[in-house]
Amino acid sequence: MNNKTALAKTKMLKPQTKKSFTTYIMVTVVFVIMMILSSTGNVSSQIDGLLVPLCVYSILAVSLNLTVGILGELSLGQAGFMCVGAYASALFSIATKETILVEWVRFPLAILVGGIFAAIFGILIGIPVLRLNGDYLAIVTLAFGEIIKNVFAALYVGIDSKGLHIALNQADMNLEADGTEIIRGALGVKGVPNDSSFVVGFILLLITLIISYNYINSRTGRAVKAIRDNSIATESVGLNITKYKLITFALTAFLAGIAGALYSHNYSTLQASKFDYNLSILILVFVVLGGIGNIRGSVIAAIILTLIPELLRSINSYRMLIYSIVLIVMMILTSNEKARTFIVTNFGKLKGMVLKIFKRKDTAEKEVK
Amino acid sequence: MKNFKRVLAMATAATMAVTAFAGCSSNNATSGEVGGSTSVAEGEKTIVIGGSGPLTGDAAQYGVGVKNAIQLAVDEVNAAGGVNGNKLKLVFEDDEADSGDKAVNAYNTLKDQGMQILLGTVTTGSCLAVVDKSKQDNIFQFTPSASAQDVIANDNCFQICFTDPNQGKASADYIADNKVATKIGVIYDSSDAYSSGIYNAFKTEAAAKGLELVSEQSFTKDSKTDFSAQIADCKNKGAELVFLPIYYQQASLILTQSKNAGFAPKFFGCDGLDGLTSIKNFDTSLAEGVMLLTPFAADSKDQATQDFVKAYKAAYNDETPNQFAADAYDGVKILAKLIESQNITGDMSASDICEKLKTGITAADFSYDGLTGTGMKWNANGEVSKSPKAVVIKDGNYAALDN
Repeated sequence: MNNKTALAKTKMLKPQTKKSFTTYIMVTVVFVIMMILSSTGNVSSQIDGLLVPLCVYSILAVSLNLTVGILGELSLGQAGFMCVGAYASALFSIATKETILVEWVRFPLAILVGGIFAAIFGILIGIPVLRLNGDYLAIVTLAFGEIIKNVFAALYVGIDSKGLHIALNQADMNLEADGTEIIRGALGVKGVPNDSSFVVGFILLLITLIISYNYINSRTGRAVKAIRDNSIATESVGLNITKYKLITFALTAFLAGIAGALYSHNYSTLQASKFDYNLSILILVFVVLGGIGNIRGSVIAAIILTLIPELLRSINSYRMLIYSIVLIVMMILTSNEKARTFIVTNFGKLKGMVLKIFKRKDTAEKEVK
Repeated sequence: MKNFKRVLAMATAATMAVTAFAGCSSNNATSGEVGGSTSVAEGEKTIVIGGSGPLTGDAAQYGVGVKNAIQLAVDEVNAAGGVNGNKLKLVFEDDEADSGDKAVNAYNTLKDQGMQILLGTVTTGSCLAVVDKSKQDNIFQFTPSASAQDVIANDNCFQICFTDPNQGKASADYIADNKVATKIGVIYDSSDAYSSGIYNAFKTEAAAKGLELVSEQSFTKDSKTDFSAQIADCKNKGAELVFLPIYYQQASLILTQSKNAGFAPKFFGCDGLDGLTSIKNFDTSLAEGVMLLTPFAADSKDQATQDFVKAYKAAYNDETPNQFAADAYDGVKILAKLIESQNITGDMSASDICEKLKTGITAADFSYDGLTGTGMKWNANGEVSKSPKAVVIKDGNYAALDN
């Protein structure tokens, strides 16, 4: 009786709930498998070192998908927000290293600081730009990413008994003898505590996914999708377009800041040159290839496209070539109508054959027993 | 829509399968070495030297040069029967000159391949990302060309090239002591650790030596093609000498654009300018009279350099090695010498090797005469003591300047 009601309940689940829970379960299963493998010592240090970056890139792709897929605006400054989050959280962690000794108190705070600072920048940019229609967000975020990167690459911040010193030149900082330099221009930040781990990364990714799915299916999310599909109609029913755009964009920036915090605490050094235009584009590629508006696709694309160049290291100079071929093939397969039907018919047959073989095996095994 | 998703799933599955196969092949190649730092070939002991540098991307020529030079040196050592009966083996990974995760990925891959000594990384940014990892694992790190002071902050990391502050200081000292000029303009790359490191040291030393910095102009990685604003400022402020602590590609543009602007000061650079005379489509007559500090000149007359250049050219399509390659070549030879004197064998753990190498390299009686300097010695900080040589470009070749 109990079983039957449970079954009925699962059947009654809304499609979006089913979709989101499938994603959570997929991510959790991968996490559990990796944890088991790594605790039994079956993971090479290469893969082990990739686990946190995979979480970082997945979070970045999912969060960008909110702006690109749900809101329908193009943002080319994801690396900029990540950079703000990375630097803000790293500064926070270094400044409080001596006062907050407990890692699991300090690190969540640092992550929040990173996210909030990135969100503040998101709102500052969004207020003027999101009032406009057209490609202006792309232009402004592109510029923002470059500006942030160059500002941090030229920034010198030090602390001594007199307080905080900020300068654009090492000599201009005039630090006292007891002072320490925190940000040193192009050399970046040194001595960020190594608080990130795969567990933290997994939790953050799960939180990001939960936030994203619930946001998309919330009242606000529906309004945002309405703006994407027809902004004039949305405005005519009395919705404040700028407000909804701003909320989405700030959320994207916040999550990117969180990813930045996770990233900066995974490595002991942090340099601004990492957060360049290429990184923003890379994240956009994850989103586009994973499917615009498809949250699960973003995670899968981020994982695959980060893993490919690493796993192909054995073929040396050809790996970049293969990587680009994979990109092109994926693009063709997901967009070309003919290619799609070709695969569906052929792989459909293949799938049937595979299933048949498995069925035969099953029955054969049963017969033996 | 449903079909679309199905296809996407298929496509991703297919790519996953491809990557899985690639993963397998790489595992096969290194099976037996994964998870441990000892890699003993049957019957013969092997010491695995890991190298990391950019083989793709903007800085690829540095990484390729270093890789080639290390391979050359390793082959030479092995051809001579190895060290103490141990053969050397090179594993080299591409870090794309990245300053974050990719550099660490390359390092982790090297570890999987059984690396016992790290001869890298080539670029400063990647090196900074890796130094704390190598400290954690206690792997001896010997960088041919990452010149920032921070690189050697840990006790397991040593440099073959001289540090940026040293170069900046030496440049200012040279200019002041030889009264080359008093009014100086600087054009540097503020987004680059190497360039801004030299600039900061130069500025401090120049102030101490009474040099007047009339114009301090910066550019970034994204604006490295048009220098007219920087050149105009140097010209207007009356700079007699322009100090260029940058790489040669940008320097060649600055030289060309200065000529077009009718500005002909003296130019002075550091080891990054090495390679200036071999740029394609660059009027090398513009480089005449450019002064630079460099540890290595490919057309130097001494026997060791000539042998090295000849062997390198023979092995690699007649390419001329740059100073990065020379530093890396020296690195292998220094390691070989240390392995011999410290009785290091291939079956030792990376950590034990690291401790032995550390004692060996800082020993008072250890010094090495190589391509990039004579009587090279190291202190416990990891700094090499060799003095940069000042040369001037004359008739397309380097000629020594009196010091």
